This record gives sequence, structure tokens and C-alpha cells, in this order.
Amino acid sequence: MYAQMVKSEATKDDPEQLAAFQARIDAGEKIEPKDWMPEGYRKTLIRQVGQHAHSEIVGQLPEGNWITRAPTLERKANLLAKVQDEAGHGLYLYCAAETLGVSRDEMTQMLLDGRMKYSSIFNYPTLTWADMGAVGWLVDGAAIMNQVPLQRTSYGPYARAMVRVCKEESFHQRQGFHIMMAMVKGTAEQKRMAQDALNRFWYPALMMFGPSDKDSVHSSQSMAWKIKMNTNDELRQKFVDETVPQAEYLGLTIPDEDLTWNEENGQYDFTEPDWNEFFDVISGNGPCNVDRLSARQKAWDDGAWVRDAMNAHAEKKAARKLAAE
Amino acid sequence: MSKEWPLWEVFIRGQHGMSHRHVGSLHAADAEHAVKNARDVYTRRNEGVSIWVIEAEKITASSPSEKGPMYDPARDKVYRHPTFYDIPDEVGKM
Repeated sequence: MYAQMVKSEATKDDPEQLAAFQARIDAGEKIEPKDWMPEGYRKTLIRQVGQHAHSEIVGQLPEGNWITRAPTLERKANLLAKVQDEAGHGLYLYCAAETLGVSRDEMTQMLLDGRMKYSSIFNYPTLTWADMGAVGWLVDGAAIMNQVPLQRTSYGPYARAMVRVCKEESFHQRQGFHIMMAMVKGTAEQKRMAQDALNRFWYPALMMFGPSDKDSVHSSQSMAWKIKMNTNDELRQKFVDETVPQAEYLGLTIPDEDLTWNEENGQYDFTEPDWNEFFDVISGNGPCNVDRLSARQKAWDDGAWVRDAMNAHAEKKAARKLAAE
Repeated sequence: MSKEWPLWEVFIRGQHGMSHRHVGSLHAADAEHAVKNARDVYTRRNEGVSIWVIEAEKITASSPSEKGPMYDPARDKVYRHPTFYDIPDEVGKM
């Protein structure tokens, strides 16, 4: 998902302490920043929450691309509100990660030099306005599927951040679907654009849940610690089952010839995405990896004087206040 | 790398007469800046009518290891709750 391929870190802690910690988690207690926690739990969470935060921030870029070109003022206001929410979600999550003992600047640096990742989905381009529909509908739809259970995750600050995110996020998916509804009711060309957007985003959206369970070696520890609540395949299946009828409603075709309803187990059988493409994109070779990171690097560099000026101003004001006392 | 803006904790009072409630944290250069950021980050949907901010390092918190001595003494004092006192039904609502 937003935390694809997060490796659970090994832990070398005292077995008794580890068992007591696991018992707290099994009893449904929340772990809070000052509580004892295994080093592996702390490190895995920093990676996971940090990657989640980076995804929210980098995720603003493909949509920001269309703000000035939205077809109506209302659509523009909607999209602007959504992108502003993503910034907020990134901030909630960065703060949650910071309670684990990593600084905001360290996380930013790790994103910029490639030590931390963000979701593979944001390395695909948004070529037409219909992509804004597909991104809201599919990408936010997939994100919600992962984030709703994370509201029950064992780490208190992460769970609380997810509660806020989920409360705000459902408008994102609905505004995307709303765009798709308008496109499919439009001209033949507009409907074709909607279908094209679905064609391009379907498999990348399926990849958001991460590799198949049989290839996902890091899941079991994270699930025991309740920082991952469902397996990748469970969530992917749920996403397909919910999305197919929505595509039917729109009169669009899921780009999968083998998609069939399986009467026996009451779910859809579908084609797995191309995992080679996934590993290629996540290791830096997607269509937009270079653009996304250079946009973040530019924002960081261009903002440096603002960050410094704000500090200098605050120090000067504090000194003046002290002198007046 | 230049110095990070300090961390602030944000408290918001909603519209229904409740007290201020902790909603999260953010970075800002000073208090005024923190209030502005809090408005953008935590009140995008009419969540509040009043914002408090305080620098995180100025907060003193109880320690989780003192949970026992801090809170256990309250546990056996059930007589602090109204249900401890049995009042006969014929007395009526009390």
C-alpha cells in the first residue's frame, strides 16, 4: 500500500520484555511514545509511517498538475481542497513518525536521497483530466481500503493520525468517482478518455497493495505487532470486489479479459499485475520517478531561505521581547 | 542543514461548549506562526472556534513507568461513585 515493501526490522531485545510487549498488543492496548518498545517495532514503524507520509506529500504532485487546468471553477476548488488535504495528511503522519525519535528533516533527507520510498502509484503520469477521476476513484479508493483497518493499529499516534485521515479521505474517492460519472455521460471522446484512464490506472492501483502474500516475506511480524492489519492479497481482493460493480455502473470495462465472478467463493478472479513492472518502478525506473524526486528536491532547496528567515525572525522577536522586560 | 522549527502541540475547542482538546502537533518558528499553521492543518472543516498552541518541550508529562503508584490508589475507592450507595426504590429518583 502506501507502505509497500516495508521490511520488518529484526529485534534483539530481552525475550521476557518482548513477550510482555506482545501480550499488551494482543490485549488490544495501544503503545504510546514513552512506553518501552522493541527496537524492531520502532524502526519498522518509522519506515512505514515515514513512507506513508512521503506518499501523501509526493501524491500531491500528479494532481497538482491539473489544478490550473480543471474544467470548471467548482472542479478546481474540489481538487485544490483534496490536494490541500494530502498535505495535511502528510503532516499528521510525519508528526506520528517523529514521536518515534526521527526528525522531520531526517525523514525529508532520506526521501530525497532514496533511503526512504513512497508509493509506486505516484510514479505514473496524469495525462488527461480523466486521470483526476481515476486517481480519486481508484487510488484513493485503494488507500482507504488500507487505511480504515489501520485506525486500529497498535501504535497510538499512528492510529490517531489514521482516524483523522480516514474522516477526511472519503470525499477524495467520491470526488474522483463524480468526475468519472461526468466523463462517461459526456461526449464519445470524453467517455473514451475515462476508459483510457481506467486502462492505465487499473494495474498500478492493484500494485498499491504490495506483492502477493506468497512473496511478501515481511508480513507476519508486522501483523503480530498489529502495524499491518490485513495481508496484501486480502486487501487487493476486497478492492477488486468493490470496484468492479462501480466500473459496471459507469459503463466502463476493467482491462482484464480473465476477470470473472467466482460463484463458489463469492469473489472475482482477476489477473495479477505485472510484478516485474512493480519492482522496476519501486526501484526508481517508473515513468515519473525522476520528476517526482526532483520536484521535492527543488521545493526543499527553494524553501530553505524561508525556513531560515522564519527562524531568524522568531529569534529577533524573542530577543526584543526579552530586552523590553 | 539549518535548524528545524520547533514542535508545537495543538489544542482546539469545538463549537459545542467542550473544553480544548489535543488534536496533534506541528512545526512552526514561533507561537504566532504555530497558530496560523494550526488553523490550516487542523481546522479545514470547521473543527473549532479556538486554538491553543504550546511548545512541545514545555509540556511536563507523567511517566508510563509510574502508572501503578499514580493510578492504582483510585481503583479501590469505589465509594467515590454514586452507584456504591444503595438507596431504596421508594425514595424515588436521586
